[in-house]
Amino acid sequence: MATVPLAHHFRTPAQQHHAALLGMWMFLITEVLLFGAVFLGYVVYRANPALHGGFVAASEHLGQSVFGFEHVPFLGAFNTVILLGSSFTMALAVRAAQVGNQSSLVRNLGLTMILGTIFLGIKAYEYHHDWDIGLIPGFKFDKAAWAGTGVDARHVELFFVFYFVLTGLHAIHMFIGMGLLGVLWVRSRMGRFGREYYTPIELAGLYWHFVDVVWIFLYPLLYLIRH
Amino acid sequence: MDEHEHPHVATVGSYVVIFLILVALTVLTVFTALSPLGHWHAPVALGIAVVKATLVFLFFMHLLHSPKLTWLVAGGTFVWLGIMFALTLADYWSRGIVGRYQ
Repeated sequence: MATVPLAHHFRTPAQQHHAALLGMWMFLITEVLLFGAVFLGYVVYRANPALHGGFVAASEHLGQSVFGFEHVPFLGAFNTVILLGSSFTMALAVRAAQVGNQSSLVRNLGLTMILGTIFLGIKAYEYHHDWDIGLIPGFKFDKAAWAGTGVDARHVELFFVFYFVLTGLHAIHMFIGMGLLGVLWVRSRMGRFGREYYTPIELAGLYWHFVDVVWIFLYPLLYLIRH
Repeated sequence: MDEHEHPHVATVGSYVVIFLILVALTVLTVFTALSPLGHWHAPVALGIAVVKATLVFLFFMHLLHSPKLTWLVAGGTFVWLGIMFALTLADYWSRGIVGRYQ
């Protein structure tokens, strides 16, 4: 059965396991503060009455016309469910490792990666759409489209700066998570994890769930709050 | 379960229930966004997000059955985040009051 050497400063493998989990939680605090700072910047501008109209008009553009839904942020909602599903399969993967179910572990890690890929694919489609209609600040922003709408194009552009920094930072974390899961999927197939040792699986799970939590806040803040 | 050899293993059914609640809350948050709530849009949407995040922390991230030290670290997150938000917003949101903003 798969085990790992016990470092000399730990008394038991269980203690070593808990220390690793605690370290991961510490790392996640720093991640909360990273995303939190950008969230805070968004809130400060969003709460400014002078910019409110521009931000609301910009947010309306995130509800692309898909399947006949004109202003419902359907893709964002669909992606939220996809990401929640990937957290669900990740939780099942950790459970499979806990009970030593090898085939379930490999299958659920694979499903998590597939759902993560679908999420990133939809995100790429949304970005592509934003590029097409000129919503990329600094690179391809169609200021003329906002003339005569009563909305200051600069405020719309500022909203999209926050949109791309926040969702881009989130997408980078998704790519890192996918890389971690890929390595763990291969190592799981090689039989490196079991009831006695599955610390890396649980650590990757904590990271993956954290990235899910970030999206849980991004979705309403960017896509839904339009009033 | 401080340093016990065997971790708490949740049932598959409990994970299914949590997942379904999270999906239901996502549907709810879309419907509330399309409803006439006036000034309550932001508090309701963020309130639902906090509930969803709490469910993920407690069950998917196993916080519920984690040692107290993990609770302390996880709780500490919100202390630091709270300081950053409270002190910054105390500045920006009080500028109109002293009449030098805009």
